[in-house]
Amino acid sequence: MSEQKSFGFETRAIHAGAAPDPATGARQTPIYQTTSFVFDDIDDAASLFNLQKVGFIYSRLTNPTVAVLEERLANLEGGVGATATASGHSAQLLALFPLLQPGDEFISSTKLYGGSLNQFSNSFPRAFGWKAVFVDTDNPENVRSAITPKTKAIFVESLANPGGIVTDVEAIAKIADAAGIPLIVDNTLATPYLLNPIQWGATLVVHSTTKFLSGNGTSVGGVVIDSGKFDWSKSGKYPALSEPDPGYHGLKFHETFGHLAFTIHGHAVGLRDLGPSQAPLNAFLTLNGIETLPLRIQRHADNALKVAEFLEGHPAVEWVSYAGLKSSKYHTLAQKYLPKGAGAVLTFGVKGGYEAGVKVVESVELFSHLANIGDTRSLIIHPSSTTHRQLSPEGQASAGAGPEVVRLSVGLESVDDIIADLDQALKKAIR
Amino acid sequence: MTGHDSYTDDFLRNLLGRVRSVAIVGFSASEVKASYFVAKYLRDKGYTVYPVNPGVAGQEVLGMPVYASLKDLPQAPDMVDIFRNAQAAGGITDEAIAVGAKVVWMQLGVRNDEAARRAEEAGLTVIMNRCPKIEYQRLFGEIGRIGVNSDIIVNKKQKLTRTFKKLM
Repeated sequence: MSEQKSFGFETRAIHAGAAPDPATGARQTPIYQTTSFVFDDIDDAASLFNLQKVGFIYSRLTNPTVAVLEERLANLEGGVGATATASGHSAQLLALFPLLQPGDEFISSTKLYGGSLNQFSNSFPRAFGWKAVFVDTDNPENVRSAITPKTKAIFVESLANPGGIVTDVEAIAKIADAAGIPLIVDNTLATPYLLNPIQWGATLVVHSTTKFLSGNGTSVGGVVIDSGKFDWSKSGKYPALSEPDPGYHGLKFHETFGHLAFTIHGHAVGLRDLGPSQAPLNAFLTLNGIETLPLRIQRHADNALKVAEFLEGHPAVEWVSYAGLKSSKYHTLAQKYLPKGAGAVLTFGVKGGYEAGVKVVESVELFSHLANIGDTRSLIIHPSSTTHRQLSPEGQASAGAGPEVVRLSVGLESVDDIIADLDQALKKAIR
Repeated sequence: MTGHDSYTDDFLRNLLGRVRSVAIVGFSASEVKASYFVAKYLRDKGYTVYPVNPGVAGQEVLGMPVYASLKDLPQAPDMVDIFRNAQAAGGITDEAIAVGAKVVWMQLGVRNDEAARRAEEAGLTVIMNRCPKIEYQRLFGEIGRIGVNSDIIVNKKQKLTRTFKKLM
């Protein structure tokens, strides 16, 4: 009996989920640009539709290229399975979809990407009746005191937008666990290379695969990953997973599939009924990016630290928010949760407030002014007039996106070039 | 003998390859129950499957006769797959030993370490807290199709799986 081999992160970033194509031997994952798949016979088709076997029927539910991405990300995050989606936003939708019904609540950090704050504040309550209760998760006790009998989930970002904020995932996971509620962690800014929320007690992890996972700004996508550790049947709060499903002749997902219930439900009900499926080409391009995830993220974080230190010492800069800096109030949390590096997204305030901030954004010659993060290219944006625009001034402030704030996503260009570009832009801003 | 908190992939692959017949104790005739799923799946993979459930005994389900107990099987099953709780698994393990099975397999969430010890002392192999369908799908390249992590790295073309049904 041989010892069970286990493989390092770098190995799994390249290989997990992939296999040489059985028909041709193709080593790289083929792009299965097909909507549908033939069946062996009627019984084969029936078994697939009944979930008695797993396979491919229609690319809204499952697709072989997308499946490689799902298995890759489940493996890298230490989860049991994953459902890929068309975007990070639809990953959030699919994460909450099995858990909440109209009238239910979920607790959310105030420190999130502006788009998530909008989704939670506007469309979820209006269309679905899901109420987000926003708390400052810097103090985990705020989470505990917000829990009511209607609370069905807790949502935080591990390393939070717009930059430099670290969430105490373990403390919040313990509160969630004590209350019998799943903790959902958006791990987009960190990636599994820097942080595995499941290791710290998270139940579900979501990503916008658009960002650092893909790494080069080609493909919008998302994913939700399940730890496989939550007992969906215990409390009676999650009937979509614990009670007979009318779409599958009374199948109880958790009873029948155990720790795979959330993942199988994600495809068989979530993607089937809502339809936000990731395109095979997008999955292929994202997989290519993930192959070099460890190298890229380390360089991103190393560059970002140098940039943050440069900015901190710059006469035109009022403050810098980057958890890798000793001056950051999140530095201790960063040392615990992000020992390899504090990511590549940071914010800073320019002396001269709003006008100066706008001048910096408009004066850069290497940074790209656009709404994205996690590209090889260095990116810059003014959150309060863009990503966090739809929030009130109070909402912006509590999200760290006030009018003087500039956000950077530090790329992989030569760090001297990145710094030189910021330097010349800052000099123009305070002239 | 292996501890029961984990089993190596080679061990499971080997076992699933050696076994030819499986008794499903606690079989349900309801099409949405796990035991039905597992019985159908193993049957389709070419295993001889003996569903066991006194409440459905004498009927034919999935094209197979259902038996009242392990004693009633036409021959000793290689493996006894137990879809009952940990307490009931103890008695069934003893029956499995008595009828000459080689493997006792307890489903997800079921562990009875005392029964496992008895079976191992009698020379049987025991697996607990696993599902043979999930393990088969994981080890033979299927489970990734729905995004589940198999924890396996593959560097060769895998043979295309065929349903054995047509060959039987």
